[in-house]
Amino acid sequence: MIEAFSIAELATKVQSGAVSATEVAHDVIARIERYNGRFNALVSVEPARILAQAAAVDQKRARGEALGALAGVPIAIKDAICTEGESTTAGSKILRGYAPPYDATVIAKLRKADALLTGKTNMDEFAMGSSNENSAYGSAKNPWDDTRTPGGSSGGSAAAVASRMALGALGSDTGGSIRQPASLTGTVGVKPTYGRVSRYGLIAFASSLDQIGPFATDVRGSARLLEVIAGHDGHDATSLNVPIDGYELACSASLKGLRVGVPEEYFAEGLSPDVEGSVRAALARLESDGCIITPIKLPHTRFAVATYYVIATAEASSNLARFDGVRYGLRVASPSLGEMYGATRDAGFGKEVKRRILLGTFVLSAGYYDAYYLRAQKMRTLIRRDFEEAFKKVDVIASPTAPTTAFKLGEKADDPLAMYLSDIYTLPASLAGVPALSVPCGADQGGMPIGLQLVAPPLQESRLFTFASAVERHYAPTLPTGVQ
Amino acid sequence: MSRYEAVIGLEVHAQLLTRTKAFCSCATAFGAPPNTQVCPTCLGLPGALPVLNGKAVELAVRTALALDCAVRQESIFARKNYFYPDLPKGYQISQYDRPFSEHGHLDITVEKKGAEAVTKRAGITRVHMEEDAGKNTHDRGDVSVVDLNRSGTALVEIVGDPDLRSADEAVEYLKTVREILVFIGVNDGNLEEGSFRCDANVSIRPVGESKFGTRTELKNINSFKFVREAINYEIARQESVLECGGKIIQETRGWDEKASKTFSMRSKEEAQDYRYFPEPDLPPLVITEAFIETVRSTMPELPVAKRARFVRDHKQTPYAAQVLTTHPEVARFYEEAGALHGDFVKVGNFVQGEVLRDVRTSGLSATFPVTASQVAELLKLVDAGDISGKQAKEVYGKMVGTSKTPREWVSELGMQQVTDAAAINTVCQRVVDANPKQAEALKTGKVAMFGYFVGQVMKETKGSANPQMVNDALKRILGV
Repeated sequence: MIEAFSIAELATKVQSGAVSATEVAHDVIARIERYNGRFNALVSVEPARILAQAAAVDQKRARGEALGALAGVPIAIKDAICTEGESTTAGSKILRGYAPPYDATVIAKLRKADALLTGKTNMDEFAMGSSNENSAYGSAKNPWDDTRTPGGSSGGSAAAVASRMALGALGSDTGGSIRQPASLTGTVGVKPTYGRVSRYGLIAFASSLDQIGPFATDVRGSARLLEVIAGHDGHDATSLNVPIDGYELACSASLKGLRVGVPEEYFAEGLSPDVEGSVRAALARLESDGCIITPIKLPHTRFAVATYYVIATAEASSNLARFDGVRYGLRVASPSLGEMYGATRDAGFGKEVKRRILLGTFVLSAGYYDAYYLRAQKMRTLIRRDFEEAFKKVDVIASPTAPTTAFKLGEKADDPLAMYLSDIYTLPASLAGVPALSVPCGADQGGMPIGLQLVAPPLQESRLFTFASAVERHYAPTLPTGVQ
Repeated sequence: MSRYEAVIGLEVHAQLLTRTKAFCSCATAFGAPPNTQVCPTCLGLPGALPVLNGKAVELAVRTALALDCAVRQESIFARKNYFYPDLPKGYQISQYDRPFSEHGHLDITVEKKGAEAVTKRAGITRVHMEEDAGKNTHDRGDVSVVDLNRSGTALVEIVGDPDLRSADEAVEYLKTVREILVFIGVNDGNLEEGSFRCDANVSIRPVGESKFGTRTELKNINSFKFVREAINYEIARQESVLECGGKIIQETRGWDEKASKTFSMRSKEEAQDYRYFPEPDLPPLVITEAFIETVRSTMPELPVAKRARFVRDHKQTPYAAQVLTTHPEVARFYEEAGALHGDFVKVGNFVQGEVLRDVRTSGLSATFPVTASQVAELLKLVDAGDISGKQAKEVYGKMVGTSKTPREWVSELGMQQVTDAAAINTVCQRVVDANPKQAEALKTGKVAMFGYFVGQVMKETKGSANPQMVNDALKRILGV
């Protein structure tokens, strides 16, 4: 049933009573039973909780109370976001069995909007990865082709939405972890401005880059979800105290005369011809809608990967220190404290996580700090200035979200560098802290989805929704073959 | 005379007296059952974030201003990374290369044998904010246990320049810092409970040398006595190492109270690389000029200024001013009683002589045996001649812990002083008549005998006669 609706449509049905939240819950549970075995999108599902939430929504309606903006809408949650009393492991063995005693701020907001939280989604361990292959639970699969990756790190959230086990999902994006999977699964994914959404309750990977954001089956749904989760939070000192725009309203705004910048650096070696063709075709359609397409320069783009892997790993090496076997999660009993730390972290962390902890520890070490971390911070400033300069000339920047469509599982698993390059177009916006979105704009010859990335100045998410809606009006993907 | 000169710099860690922790709203009260004053943030749970306590900033700025530091308008927090079970996040939020205040100083009084005390100015390198760790306990055999109630408590670290030259100077410096912190209400000065802690960097160099020698760091010494002993021990140890042709190793040393020795904890090679980097969860700390001015204008009077004022305005001796400022509450009590009574010297004497004995202090608070107004009223009764000074002490003793006024006690004890001249005269006459031998002795020059007559009169009147009037009457009757 739910596959027939968008988020806005389903919420309206539930609000009006045409569909009960309990009916939705039963449908969601049935879909999870049907598809999750194949796509491994959800790593923890508690049907009783889904039904209980649905019953509460229905009772609220029965009492005559108005229902929230996400009434009865099934939303899947990335396993890095804390849900009170429910398994939250960030895709890691080191947190197996861990259930936090508190809800993340975004979770509290979803509950208040009467959403149905359907379960926790698969992800690369501690959000470190671009293919979901670094998960302690095994990789999620792409609903368009289950031999391919759904992308990462929020691959499970993307796959859950693409297969309509949920109509929306929360992911987290540190260097592209929402946008790249959205691109690879034909869904809409938004990375908000750094500080737009509270990080309280998001298990940190790289604190200065992490942002929670929505996935949805359509642009309007993603706008509504962001409107619900955004806003200042007294629990997060980096959250911005600025009013939230009417994102959903922005979906129907006109884009006539607005300027779209196209960074030439993004159309370079490594970009698949199908992706390039599809993106350029989408840009041409925007032009025919009355936009002005302008080439722009983001000259420091080529330093983004190196900059990102210094800053993100440095912060991660510190953020992951708390997983020490003392208070929660895995503990490997050992004769001494030092050995316990070593054995616990050795057994609990996967290969990629260890690689990044080592790299991050190295770049912060005495004698190397200036050469790596400090330099990377300076480069980050230059990358941010690239965007500031560009936004003096254009309203949004458009590019491919990822250089290729979904690659085969295992294809890059042993080549970390090749894997890191799959985030090459998404990293700069993360480093600059600016909002960005991926919206489907076509498919390759094999039918695999292609995403268009839109980037806007800080706090101008509304522009993203305006442009993405225009892209969507020209091209909206169907359901993946094999998903009903 | 030693060939060497000691160079000492102290690092003080002082818990700020905020009701809640530095980065979360958990309570900071001491002595609660283990792990009851904790939340996701101070437990270091996944996903939890720090939010800075504004009150901690205010108290930290107050500390910096009291130590004449320059306050930086924009400072940053940094993470100090190391693993230890009492450190739940695996890093401590501190400040590193941009602390909120620097370049202060502190004047201490240095006593020299056979010479007048001199004032010495010691530099303050910096004052920065940080959070405290929890507490490990190792008293259960095979297992150690961790209490995280203290985790995340707000601290200031006060780093002193290496300006001190002896253990005595170091102790004086510490006492002065402690006194200032207590008087400005930012710290309770409790070394035993660990809310005021000290590390000492000690090195020696040949007299006349300007370069510093290799230093050792003495950790967590929890009393002034131990600070003196540990530094003296360390100076002597370093001297004997150098005298024997050895080299001082840069290392961290602990103080063994039982053996009265310092011992090596870890050498420089084993020292941790803390991998400091800016704390990404907290924006830069911005302290505006207006905020600094607000803190400055509400700054309590510093102890040095208070003492100077007691000497200047209240005509106290420097010694009395010192005694009356042993604790901010004592000073407050004295000033309150003095203002009610009017004569600060009389009140000061009584507070020093009687009240102080019964004052119990605990951190910043103090409990007094009587109220300031009881003291003022009591001394007014003496002034009016209603009771004698001696009786005042007795009344004070009765009054302790009661709410009755001095006047009520005086009448209850039947102490109303006899000031009726005729009645006093009668008693005096009777006493003189009953002791002719003693009267004779007095007249022949045994002056001390006068006291005997006074004593007898006071005995007969059970101490209630006005002593001045007794004196006058006896002199007249005895013709002396």
